[in-house]
Amino acid sequence: MSLDTSHDHSHVNAPDHPVPDPGLHEEERYTDADERAGARAYRQVVGILAAIPVLAIAFVVAYFAIPIDATLHIFGATMKANHLLLGLTLGLGVLAIGVALIHWSRTIMGDEEVVEYRHSAASPADSREEAAEKWAIGVEQSGIGRRKLLGTGLAGGVGIMLVPAVVLLADMGPWPTAEERKKTIEKTIWAPGVPIVNDVNQVPLRASDIAVGQLINAQPATLFELHGAEFQTEKAKSSLIVVRMELNSIRIPTSRQDWHVDGILAYSKICTHVGCPISLWEQQTHHLLCPCHQSTFDLGNSGVVVFGPAARSLPQLPITTDAQGYLIARSDFTVPVGPSYFERNSENDFKEGDD
Amino acid sequence: MAKPTNVDPEVPQGVSPEKADTSLAASAAGGTVGWVDDRVPVSGFGRKALRKAFPDHWSFLLGEVALYSFIILLLTGVFLTIWFKPSMAEIEYEGTYALMRGIPMSEAFASTLEISFDIRGGLLIRQIHHWAAILFVAAMIAHMLRVFFTGAFRKPRELNWLIGVGLLQLGMIEGFAGYSLPDDLLSGTGLRFVDGLIRSIPIVGTWAEFFIFGGEFPGELVIPRLYMVHILLIPGLLLALVSAHMALLVYHKHTHFPGPGRKQTNVVGQALFPVYAAKAGGFFFIVFGVTILMGALMQINPVWLYGPYNPAQVTAGSQPDWYMGFVEGAIRIIPNWEWHLLGTTWSWNIALPGLGLMGLFAILPAIYPFVEAWITGDKSEHHILDFPRNAPNRTAFGVAAMTCYGLFWLSGGNDILATQFGVSLNQVTEVMRVLVFAGPVIAFIVTKRICLSLQRRDHERVLHGSSSGVIVRQPDGGYSEAHAPITTEEAFTLTQHHEPAALEVAPETDDRGVRRRGGKQVGSLRARLSRWFAHGRIAKPTAEEIAEAAHHGDHELEEGDVHELPTEEEAATH
Amino acid sequence: MRSPTPKRHHKAARLLLVAAALLVTGGLYAVVAPATSVAAPTPEETVARGQELFAVSCASCHGLNGEGAGLLNETAPSLIGVGAASVDFQMRTGRMPMANPYAQAPNKQNTFTAEEIAAISLYVASLGDGPAIPDPGQYDPSGLSAAEVAVGGDLFRTNCSACHNFQGSGGALPNGRVAPPLLDAEPIDIHEAMRTGPGEMPVFADGAIPDKDVRSMIAYLDQVHAQPSAGLTLGGLGPVSEGFWGWVAGLGILMLFATWITKKAARK
Repeated sequence: MSLDTSHDHSHVNAPDHPVPDPGLHEEERYTDADERAGARAYRQVVGILAAIPVLAIAFVVAYFAIPIDATLHIFGATMKANHLLLGLTLGLGVLAIGVALIHWSRTIMGDEEVVEYRHSAASPADSREEAAEKWAIGVEQSGIGRRKLLGTGLAGGVGIMLVPAVVLLADMGPWPTAEERKKTIEKTIWAPGVPIVNDVNQVPLRASDIAVGQLINAQPATLFELHGAEFQTEKAKSSLIVVRMELNSIRIPTSRQDWHVDGILAYSKICTHVGCPISLWEQQTHHLLCPCHQSTFDLGNSGVVVFGPAARSLPQLPITTDAQGYLIARSDFTVPVGPSYFERNSENDFKEGDD
Repeated sequence: MAKPTNVDPEVPQGVSPEKADTSLAASAAGGTVGWVDDRVPVSGFGRKALRKAFPDHWSFLLGEVALYSFIILLLTGVFLTIWFKPSMAEIEYEGTYALMRGIPMSEAFASTLEISFDIRGGLLIRQIHHWAAILFVAAMIAHMLRVFFTGAFRKPRELNWLIGVGLLQLGMIEGFAGYSLPDDLLSGTGLRFVDGLIRSIPIVGTWAEFFIFGGEFPGELVIPRLYMVHILLIPGLLLALVSAHMALLVYHKHTHFPGPGRKQTNVVGQALFPVYAAKAGGFFFIVFGVTILMGALMQINPVWLYGPYNPAQVTAGSQPDWYMGFVEGAIRIIPNWEWHLLGTTWSWNIALPGLGLMGLFAILPAIYPFVEAWITGDKSEHHILDFPRNAPNRTAFGVAAMTCYGLFWLSGGNDILATQFGVSLNQVTEVMRVLVFAGPVIAFIVTKRICLSLQRRDHERVLHGSSSGVIVRQPDGGYSEAHAPITTEEAFTLTQHHEPAALEVAPETDDRGVRRRGGKQVGSLRARLSRWFAHGRIAKPTAEEIAEAAHHGDHELEEGDVHELPTEEEAATH
Repeated sequence: MRSPTPKRHHKAARLLLVAAALLVTGGLYAVVAPATSVAAPTPEETVARGQELFAVSCASCHGLNGEGAGLLNETAPSLIGVGAASVDFQMRTGRMPMANPYAQAPNKQNTFTAEEIAAISLYVASLGDGPAIPDPGQYDPSGLSAAEVAVGGDLFRTNCSACHNFQGSGGALPNGRVAPPLLDAEPIDIHEAMRTGPGEMPVFADGAIPDKDVRSMIAYLDQVHAQPSAGLTLGGLGPVSEGFWGWVAGLGILMLFATWITKKAARK
C-alpha cells in the first residue's frame, strides 16, 4: 500500500521543521554493556520469581490455618487476620509476577526501539472503487432500484415490528394512571386513629411524656403488621418525625390549629426533594436538615423550605390524642409525601406566608 | 492491515536479519507454530503482529489500567456471584455477624454478609471488586484526559474516542448498579435517589419509575433487575466495546509523542514480542497485585456498619461512589426551582442537575472532536501527539471542563468539606453555586496564559539555550546569566509541531493546510472561531532565526550572552 | 443550653424530684467522696458551694440566678429546669464554660474537679427540675443479649446516624455546626446527651427510648467500634474518602509503576 493516497495528507507531506530531524539513536544499556550488571539483573528476576511459590504456599497455609474470625492488632487497629494475610500473600505474589516480568523486560530483553511504518486509515482509492463497484452490482441484482416498494416495504416491516418489541415491556410495572397513583404514591397507611409509635421498639407515645426539644422517629403502629416488600414500600412513605417545641416560639397557621397537640407536631420524614429520610433536627433553630442534599425545613413554621434544593414544604400529619393521652393520627397526609412528579400540580401545597 | 513498505534508512532496526538465528526460527516454524498454522493460518497474522511497535510513555498505560481493572472486575465478579442472592425477599438474619442477628433484611444483604463473614477470602474479593470498580472509572477518566490533552482524538481516531465515551458512560452505570446490589443502607439510599431522579423526568417520570421499579419504590424487583443489568447486559456491552476499542487501536497503531525519528508516517516503540508483551502482561499483574493489596489493606464499603436498607434510616456522609459525585454535587447546590404549568409540575431542581448534567457529560466529549475539526478545518490524519501547551485553547477548554467537573464533585462532598475544614455547610453551598460558573472561566484564562508562557519558554530555549546557572559580570558592571545551548534532539522536539493557519472567509483562497470539499463555504462565525483558535500561540522560531541565534551564541560561553527576558506586555502581544 | 421554661411535668413533681435528686446525689457523693475527708458536706452545703462556684464560673453568661442572658452573653440560655445531667454533661466534657460565645460549644479539656461539677449540678438542679445525673444502671452497656444489642444498632441507625454517621464518626449541620464524633464518648455522656439534648441536639427522652434501649444503643456503639476492620478504615467517612484514596493510593501508585515500566533502563 502506498502512503501517498488521494486523501489529505498536507501535514504529513509538508513537514515544517526549522530544526531537521536528527533521527533515532540508541545508547547501550548498562546491563548489556556490563556483564556483571546483566548477571545481577538476572539474579534479581530469578529471586523475585522464587518468592512467588513461597507466597502461594503462605496463602494456602493462611487460608486453612487462620480461623475466619481471628483478629490481629496492627497499625494501631484490630483487623481481620484471615482477610489481611490472604490479601497480603495473594497481592504480593501477583505483584511479584508483574515486577519480575517488568524487570526482565527492562534489563534483559533486547529493548532497542523498532520502527514500523504507518498506513493511512482509509483504504487506497482503487480498493474503494472496487468495493463501490461490487456494491453497485449487488444493488442491481437485488432489484431494489427498479422495484421501489421492496425497500420501503422491508424498512416499514422491520420498523413496525419494533412496536411489538416495545409493547412486550408494558408489563414491567403497573401503569401509574390517576387511579393507580391514588392507591400508591398518593396514599400512605396513616389513617384516622392509627397510633403513632416509636420506630424499632414500637413504644406508643404519650403526649405528656414528650419533652420540649424532643425528636421521635415514629411509624404507624399498623406498619409492623406488614412484611417484606410491602413493609419496605409502606415504610418508605409513612416514616414520621414527631417533635415538640415551645408553642410561643413557633408559628401555627390558622388552617393547622388542630393538627398539633400542645406544640407536638408530626411531619413526614421523607424529603420532598428526592426522598431521603430526614432527621437532622436542630432543637433551637427548629431547622431540619436532609443529610443527602442539605435541604433545610423549618418545623416551627409548618415545614417550609429555608435552604437547599427542595421546592416543597415537608408534609405535616394532623395528629391528636386518644382517650389515654397517646398520640394518634387524625388522617392521612393531606398531600403526597416525597418528591414532586409531573402529573400533580404542587402549586397549592403549603408554603411560606400561607395561613 | 497494511505492512511496512520499506525501512527508514536512518534508523537502526531492532533485530537485523543477520542476527536472527535461522535454525531457531526453522524449528519454531516446524513445532507448535507449525502445528497450529496447519489448522489456523496464524503465521500470516503473527508475521505482521509479533514485531508491532508500541511507543512507551507512562500516560499510555492509563488505558491499560482501565482494561486490567475491567478484567479484574470480571474475575472477582464471577467469584461473588457464586454466593450472592439477588433477592429482596425478607429474612431474619441468623448468621455469623452478631450485631445484625434478629434484624430483618433482604436476602441480598444477608448473602453479602455471608460473603463477608463466612466465606474465607470472600471479603477480600468483595473489597478487590469494589476497589477495581473505583479504579476502572478513574483510569477511564484519566485515560480520556490524556487522549484529550494530547489531541489523540483527532482524525483518524474520532470513532475510537466515541467508543471511549460510550465505555465511560456504561462504566458509570455499571458501577452504580453494582453499588445498589448489596441492599445496604447506602445502596438503598442511592436507589431512593434514583427513584426521585426518574420521577422528576418531565411527562414520563412516574411511568419510567413504575416500569423500572415494577411499581412503587422500593418494591421487590429492582435488585434482581439491576443484577441482570450488572452481570449480563452492561458487561456484555462493555466487552463488545472494549474489543472494538482495542481492534481500532491495533489498526490505527498507537500515537507517539514528538521526538527525534518520530514521524507522522511511522511509529517508534518496543516490539510487541517480547518486550511489549512482557511489559503489558507484567503491568496486568502489577495492577492486579496493587488492587489485591488495596482490598487487603484498605477497607471499602463496610456494609455491616451501614446495616440493611431501611427506608426510615439515613447516615451522615450518604454519598455515591466518587464517579457519580458530580451529579450528586449538582443536585446539592441547585436552587429549588420548580415550575407549575397547566396543572403539571416540572422539577428542575432534580431533572436539570441530574439528567441535564449527565447528558452534558456524555454529549460534550462526544461532539468535541468534530467541533474542533470544524473550527480548524483540519482534515488531515494525526499520529504525532500535541504537547498540551501547543494547543492552548484546547488545553484551556479541557482544564475549564475539569474545573467545572471538580467543583461539582467537591459540592457532592460539601458536608465532608464543611466538617473537615470547619466551615459552614450553607456557605460552602452558596460559594459553590458561583464557583461552578466562575471557576471554569478563571481556569480557562489561567491555563491559556500558562500554555503561552510555556511556549515562550520553548521559544527561548531553542534560540538561546537553557539557563546554565552561571552568572557573568559584564564589563559595564551589569550581570547576566550565561546560556548553554540545548541538544539538537530537544531543539527538534520543541519545533517539530505544525502551525495550521486559520480558516479564511473567502472560499477561493486555498491557504496551506486547508482544503475544502465541493463548494462548502466558510462562514464568518467559523472563520472568527478558527482565527481565535489558531492565533492562541507563540510562533515557533524559523530556521533563519535559529541559525542567527546560533551564530550569535557561538561566543556565548566565553563572553556570556546578555539575554534579556521579554516583559509581560511583550509576551501578551503574541 | 436548653430552650427556656420547659413544661413537661406536673408542678408538684418538681419539688419531689429536686428532693430525690438531692438525696441520690448526696448519697452518691457520700459513697464516692474521698475517705480522707473529715465530714461529708450535707446536700444544703453542697448546693451552697455550687452556688458560689456558679457565681464565679457561670453567672457572667447565664445570669446570677441561672436565668440566662447574663452580662457577657445575651444569648446564653436560662438554666432553670435543664437539670443536673445537663450541667454534668456540659462541664465534664469541657463544653462549659465556653471560652468564647461560639455558635456551638466545642468539647475541650475539663478543668473542674468532679466535686465542683457535682456541686454546680446540684445547684442548677435546685433551680428547676430536669433530667438527673443517671446512675450506672441506666447506661451501663454490659450484660445485654446479642439480640438486644442488634436492636440497639437498629435504634442507633434510626435515631443517631443521620447526624453522627453510621459508626459515630460525626457529621455536618447547618451554618458551621457539627454533630461531634462519638468514638471516644463515655456511656454516661451518651445517656446524658440523649436525655438533655445539648446545643442543637434534640432530646431523646425515655417516653420513646427507655433506659434499656439506651443501654443497647451504647452497647452497639461499643461493639461496633470493637469490630475488627478489613484493612485501614480511611476515616470511616464512607464513599468520599474511598474515592479520594482510590485516586491517590490506587491510580497514584499504579502511575509510579507506569513511570518505571516506560522509562528506559539505565544507559551508559
